[in-house]
Amino acid sequence: MTPRQRLWFFAVAAAGLVACLLWAFAGLPGFGDYPGPYGEAVLRVAVQQTNATAVVSAVNFEYRGIDTVGEEFILFAAAAGMSVVLRRLRKERETEPADEAESRTVPATSSAIRVPALLLVGPTAVIGWWLASHAQANPSGGFQGGVILASAFILVYLSGEFLTFRRLSPDALLDAVEAAGAGGFAAIGLAALVMNLPYLDNYLPLGTIPGAVSSSGTIALISFFVGIEVAAAFTAIVGELLDQTLLRSA
Amino acid sequence: MGIFPFLVVAWVVVVGLYGIVTSRDLINQIVCLIVVQSSTYVLLLGVGYVTGGAAPYFFDIPLHTKAVDPVVQALALTDVVVEAAVTALLLSFAIQAYKRFGTLDPHELAEFKG
Repeated sequence: MTPRQRLWFFAVAAAGLVACLLWAFAGLPGFGDYPGPYGEAVLRVAVQQTNATAVVSAVNFEYRGIDTVGEEFILFAAAAGMSVVLRRLRKERETEPADEAESRTVPATSSAIRVPALLLVGPTAVIGWWLASHAQANPSGGFQGGVILASAFILVYLSGEFLTFRRLSPDALLDAVEAAGAGGFAAIGLAALVMNLPYLDNYLPLGTIPGAVSSSGTIALISFFVGIEVAAAFTAIVGELLDQTLLRSA
Repeated sequence: MGIFPFLVVAWVVVVGLYGIVTSRDLINQIVCLIVVQSSTYVLLLGVGYVTGGAAPYFFDIPLHTKAVDPVVQALALTDVVVEAAVTALLLSFAIQAYKRFGTLDPHELAEFKG
């Protein structure tokens, strides 16, 4: 198929798709006139039932917890898949960092980058941890916190310390943390089954103050496990991609 | 507003698909896929919005304040995570394809077998 034919083919298909989309959208209630009963029911009961003031977290880690287990394992499988796809090929070996142009040497990282990046590592890690441990209170949770925790590690790389970044996050440790996070989430659900409750039922004490760190039972605990899993998975993904820059085929 | 946010959704889908069809570079093609995928955020948040509704967090607003649908917000969160995971995996495929065949052009890649 020539590019021209391909474009015509696309134009016809896209016109059909747009017609179907518009037809479907015309049947939707207008923007702002949400009529769904599910969301309203959740809003009515969530805070009393779970003692979490963050209803989105209550949905994610309790009402639709089984969905989030699946999501967690998609991330887990993608990180594992990446390390399989990016395994070292035969004939490839690791080299020292070098400039692509042969005549140039790699310039040292400027202090103007190194100092702010290293200064930000601590605050970034604290913010990530704070978000991961406050899923029940405000718009935060394991996913958001985990990504920010991972960026604390990536800041170490940004400061020009590639080898320190890899030493701080060895593959074996990342794999173990990732497995503990994903396994911990699944295990919380299985523990409910052992107690003769439905999978992922909230069996821990809910605390007395809505939105407090000690409240909401398994929601806070699941958010913690999700946080460490996401942090390890994203650090591993970035590490895998960065390792590629050092590989040369002999 | 009415149907306007949904027109944005249709526009973003078609623009992204156009990019995928005409792209001559795998990395560019992956970015176009992200564009298609990001239309789902607009769709989800457009569907769940309630006029005058607050965010569904009752930490500093009284309980039973009118709020937007928390379920579609949770779905959007799932969406973001899955997108990041899929993008990372696709990028690693692009790296390996480049190593093996020395090109990122999908038309040239289609000529290689195996």
